[in-house]
Parts: sequence; C-alpha cells; structure tokens
Amino acid sequence: MKDKYIVSPAPHVHDKTTVKNVMWNVIIALIPALIFAVYHWGLRALILTLTGAIAAVITEALIQKLRKVPVSVHDGSAFLTGMLLAYNIHVGAPIWLPIVGSVFAIGVGKQVFGGLGNNPVNPALLGRAFLLASWPTQMTAGWVAAKNSAMSGLNNLSRIATNLEELSPKAYELVTGATPLKVAQSLRDSSFVADINAQAGGLDVGGRIFGALTEMETLKSLFWGNIGGCIGEVSAFALLLGAAYLLYKNIIEWRIPLYYIGTVFVLSLAFGGIPGSGSSVMLPFFHIFAGGLMLGAFFMATDYTTTPITKKGRIIFGIGCGLLTIVIRLVGGYPEGVSYSILFMNVMTPLIDRLTMPKAFGSVKK
Amino acid sequence: MKSTKPGGELMRLKTFPGGIHPHDEKHYSSSAPISDFPTPQRVIIHLSQHIGAPSTPIVQVGDEVLKGQKIAEASGFVSIPQHASISGKVTRISKFMHPTGALSMGIEITSDGQNKSVEMIDDNGWLELDTEEMKARIAEAGICGMGGAGFPTIVKLSPPEDKPIDVVVLNGVECEPYLTSDYRLMLERAEDIIHGLKLIMKIVKAKKGMIGIEANKPDAIQLMEKLCAKEKNLEVVGLKMQYPQGAEKQLIYAATERKVPAGGLPMAVGVVVQNVGTAVAIYEAVRYKKPLIDRIISITGSPVAKPMNLNAPIGSLYSELVEHCGGTKEPVGKAISGGPMMGFALPSLDAAMTKGSSGLVLFNDKAAKSLAEHACLRCARCVDICPMNLLPSMIANAVKYKDLDMAVKAGLNDCIKCGSCSYVCPAQIRLVQYIDTGKIRYAEAQRKK
Repeated sequence: MKDKYIVSPAPHVHDKTTVKNVMWNVIIALIPALIFAVYHWGLRALILTLTGAIAAVITEALIQKLRKVPVSVHDGSAFLTGMLLAYNIHVGAPIWLPIVGSVFAIGVGKQVFGGLGNNPVNPALLGRAFLLASWPTQMTAGWVAAKNSAMSGLNNLSRIATNLEELSPKAYELVTGATPLKVAQSLRDSSFVADINAQAGGLDVGGRIFGALTEMETLKSLFWGNIGGCIGEVSAFALLLGAAYLLYKNIIEWRIPLYYIGTVFVLSLAFGGIPGSGSSVMLPFFHIFAGGLMLGAFFMATDYTTTPITKKGRIIFGIGCGLLTIVIRLVGGYPEGVSYSILFMNVMTPLIDRLTMPKAFGSVKK
Repeated sequence: MKSTKPGGELMRLKTFPGGIHPHDEKHYSSSAPISDFPTPQRVIIHLSQHIGAPSTPIVQVGDEVLKGQKIAEASGFVSIPQHASISGKVTRISKFMHPTGALSMGIEITSDGQNKSVEMIDDNGWLELDTEEMKARIAEAGICGMGGAGFPTIVKLSPPEDKPIDVVVLNGVECEPYLTSDYRLMLERAEDIIHGLKLIMKIVKAKKGMIGIEANKPDAIQLMEKLCAKEKNLEVVGLKMQYPQGAEKQLIYAATERKVPAGGLPMAVGVVVQNVGTAVAIYEAVRYKKPLIDRIISITGSPVAKPMNLNAPIGSLYSELVEHCGGTKEPVGKAISGGPMMGFALPSLDAAMTKGSSGLVLFNDKAAKSLAEHACLRCARCVDICPMNLLPSMIANAVKYKDLDMAVKAGLNDCIKCGSCSYVCPAQIRLVQYIDTGKIRYAEAQRKK
C-alpha cells in the first residue's frame, strides 16, 4: 500500500451548489416573466432579452481575453446580467439599446473592477441608469401596453367617467398612455389635477382616477401584469413564481425582499395618499405590485456581490431600499425609484457590513 | 422536527443555531458489530496523542514490555502517560507518521506473539471509591478525549473550586459523516457508558447527567432511554441531525440551552462534556485499573471491501487495519483519518492510530476530486450557516490581505474549524484553510509582542 493519495485540507465533502448552478437557477427563475412578456408582446420581447444577454456574454468573453484571464462566461453570470438589463427596457425600445446597455454593464459595471464578485454596484442596474441618462427618449417613449390592456392598468375607464375622452382629453391621455406609477405621480401635481378637473367642468376627475388606481380590478391587473411597463417587470405573479423557486432552492434569502417590500408597504400606507385626492387602505398593494418592485426586491436587491453579508446588514439594506423607493415615488422627480434606491444602497454596502459585524456565539456584553 | 419516543410520546429534538446537513453515509459500517483486531506484529505508540506536552519515554530500545505497561510519562499537568498496547520489544524510538499526516515521535513495539499483560484488578467497590483515588487511576490510565480533540481527561475532571459543575453531558452525537464507532459502542456497551457517566458525575460532583445522541441513531436513543428510565438524574437528549451537533459548545447549547462564553470553557457554565468512548475508558480505568490501550475505530468508505468497526490496539497501522477489512475493492483517491468534515487526508496508510482515532475513511477517485476555487461571490451562505455566528468569508479575505485586526473582528479566534463554511461555499473557497493560516499568523504575532 504505497499509493499516493490526494492530500487536501478538510472538509473533504462538499454540497452540490456551485457558482454556475446558482446563476443558471436565477435565470430559470426569470423565465416565467419572459413567458409572460412573449405572450403579451410577442417574439420581440424574447429577441430583446436574448440580444441583451448575448451581448453581455460576448462582452465578458472579449474583455476576459484582453485581460488574459480564463473566460468564465459558462458560469451564467454575464448572461444573467444581460437578461436583467433587458428586463428593464420596454418592448418598444430599439434593438441596439440592450446591446449598448449590456456592453456598459459588463465592461464598466463589472470587468473594470475585476469581474464576478468584485463589482461595487449591480451591473444591470448601472447599465439601465446609463441608458436612461444617455438615451432618455428611447428609454421612455414608445411604450406598449400588454395585450387587451391600458398602459395604466385602468382597464375599465367608464368607472371613472363615461366618455372620459371627451370630458377631459388630458386625463384620458394620462390613463391610456402612462404606466400606473406615472399616473400616480401626475396626480400629485396639483396644477395638473386642477387642469384636468377644469377640462371636465369641475368634476373631480383626479380624485376618481386616484380612487380607481386602488380598486380591486386595477390591483388585479397589476398583479397579473395587464399593464404597460418594462419587459420583465410587469407581472408580479410571474416574478413571485420565480422568487418562490429561488427561496425554495435556498438561492436567495428572505431578509432583503421581506424588509424591502415590507417597508414599501408600510410607508405607502402611511404616506401614499394625496391631500385632496384621497387615500386608501389598498394603497400599499398598488405600490408593491406597480413598477419594478417585485423584480427589484427579489432579483436585483438580492444580488450577492453588491449586498451586505451580515444578517442585520441585510435587514438595513432592505429597509433602506424601501425607504428610498417610497421617497423617490412620492417626493422625487421620477415616477419609479426601485433601481436608484438599490444602486444607492449597493454603495452603502461595505459600510453597512462594517457596522453590523455579528457577535460570536456565546459573546457576553461588555 | 419531532420524533416518537419508544413510549409513543412525542419528543422534541433539540439543536443549535446554524449548521449544515451533509449526507451521513453511515450505512457502510453501521450494521457491523464491533470485532477484535488480532494482535498486530508491531504497533507505534505516538508520544503526542493529546493536546498538551508530548509524553516522555521511560523505556529504551531493546527493552521488553508487557501489554499495559507504562512506556512514557506525562510531561506536566496538561499531558498524559502512554502504555504498551501489545507485549514485545521496543525496537525503535523515532519519528513515525501521525494520523494528522505529520511525522511525530513514537515508540515502536514489535510483538513477541504472547500478548502478555500486566496484572489488572476487579474492584467491586469502584463506584464507592474516594474521588481522589478515582482521579489517580484515570490519570495513570493515560486517558484523553476520544472524540478527536484529545484533551487530557484528568484536566477536564479537575475544575477549579470556584467553577462548580452541575451537569455532565456525554457526547454520543457522532455528527461526522461515515463514522460509526461511537454508535456501535452505544449499542454494545451501553451499560459501561452509563457506569462511566456516573463516575464522572461523582468526580465533578454534578447532579445531572445527560447523553446527547443524534436522531439518525434511534436504536441507540431507545436503548439508552431504557437504561436511564430508572435513574432520575440521567437524561437522554435526542438531537436533530445537523452538523456540527457534536461540537462541544453546540452540544452544550442544544442539551442545556447554556451558552459557553466566547473564548471560554464549558466549566464556565457548569458543564463538563465527555465522549461516550472516553466514559468507557474512565470506567475501565477506575474499576480494572486498565490503561487506555485499545479503542473502537471505524474502517469505512466505498473502497473498503468489508467496512468494520474494530476494537484495535492503540498504535495499529492503518494499512493493516484496511487489510483486515479485506483490503480495497476499487482504487483509493483519498484516505481520511477521522471524519470527512474535520479529518486529515493522509498521503499513505503508513500512519498508526492514536487514542483519538475514531475512524479511517477511504474515498474512491470520484469522491476525492474537488473543484477549483473561484472568486468569492459574497453570497453569505457561510455567514448564514456558521454555528459560531462569524463571518467566515470576511475572515478568509482579511487573512488573504494580511489584515489580522480585521480577521479577529470578523471572528478569527472564535472559529471552531468545523468546516461547515467550506462545505457550503459555491465558489469552493477553502475557508477553513485560510482561517487556520490566520490562526497561525495570529499566534506568531502574539508571540512577537
């Protein structure tokens, strides 16, 4: 028995989880949202998504070649970044948009810092912020609503006013052409509300629209995704399916999404109303299902690299994201605040980690 | 998690926060009854079988020794004596391969084939002896913890006056995958384990005795419960299958809900923990004055032709133990002394077993393979499962960049090296190895101060 055996440090057994299967599992979890997008918007949704993903993979491979490091695109992380970036673009966008976004996301957002595990902020969100700053028109014009739906999810306008089109053309334009969050934002502009109300001869159209936003029918549209929005964000249901899969597979952890969504829920209940146009106990449901919150909370704010590793840190991260999202939505200049709040909290992550170092099991208070 | 007690009454399994669930792989050897390993041609009695100063030899090459004869003395309080485990002649005092894979001083004894033993006694009044006499017999028997760490037992049984002990916890958890030596011992020598427990309780003046056993050994739990049913001060604690359930601090928490202070010893919360094997050794030392010269070792893993639980003389060679189990039926990729979570990978089977050798696990080529290390994703899996509530990835990173202060802040000195973090790391980072390096560097830095 003079065989030479492998000598390595303990432990000598390992569970089956690898970086690769983590990434591909997240990609699998994003598929229900993609199926939904294709159902509503046709193959163009798929093409834009694949274009973003493939552009990201090619960019990563090229840069890794240039850096003379092993090409690791098979781990799925670049594909995932490209896919998430495309999910943040609407289906009416030009095809070069996801390409430019992915190149930026991978190049400037990830590889510049040394690749997987080293990027300070979520690359897909950085790519989206870059596109929004550089091509605001392409990013925000030409939106397409889901099949048989209004952009705003207010699918039954007669509940607001019969012949709203003639009564208040401006109000009509708003509820048919803007996303739910944009509608909510516009209603916070008192001169705009005065305007549409005046057009309708003094009828409280603004209040009625606001009321309609939190009606069960609208909330259902938001939940299922019968609204307008970005490719991957509209159907809360499809995203929750994917999130359930990731939680079940132990790939994402519950703290960040729970505290993020919980904070949005509580704050929108407290501060979501508009003086004059009223409030509703259903407002929290509007705020958690509208916009990119589900996509952001389960798929972006749970990105490993850019979020705290400590358990307490993850709670702070979630609450911070929720707080900023609500501040941007209710006070800020944008209708939606998910991506900026996550980016902001990404930057805070090293600080949060340092401030929330856990005490060892059995530590005594000094 | 709940399981049913023998009486049909529901028993709540206890556990600790954190931890992992590796496959237990005990099926290879769990049904093999303990059998005797025939007296080998030669044994190597290592002088470092325990934590503390190596024993000092009191024999010379050429001396004739009897089985059970003392051949090395304890070198101070935190040390133990060593005894010949076979009769024969001292043929070499030199460096031999230790179960940790390193070379270490040992005494080689070549058998005379007679297996002549020193005289032993049978003291019927063993439980009524003066505790000082009990302790003297235990110290003389050269007993150290048989669960792996190998702390001199006599030291654990001599707590200072200001640290009263009220609970003795016997460790029958055996949470390492593959190993079944404690399991077989509990099934086959349950009464002796309880005798040992009573002795320990008497020595440390504890009122309560507990035996912690993991839920994957229901028959051992049942048997122990049957035997403890009549004893008011003994309790069997069923524990959830979760690694590292058998780590001292985790076991104490699960069994008694007491938290051993970070950096402290179990006695700080009034607890003494002993392995079930150690309990039997204590019983034999007190009753028969028998030194610790043999132990149960599991020879297991898929390449072993006939996995067994052997009662083998201390110092038996791993290669001969494997031969006795019918050799191997497929190529061996890795030989692990101890369990796969905390054991040592050996370059060959030339090592000789020590008092802490609970098992030898062989892996085939496929199981021996490990994947390449990737960059840390910061996924925090290691943080979520760390049974000591530390930040393993942060410690490893700090060690990598030689920032010892940060490593200490992230928990360097509290790490018990259970290996759970490395086990779950999707990037296959050898976290424990980095942490170990950090511990060595830290000790060096302290010495320089």
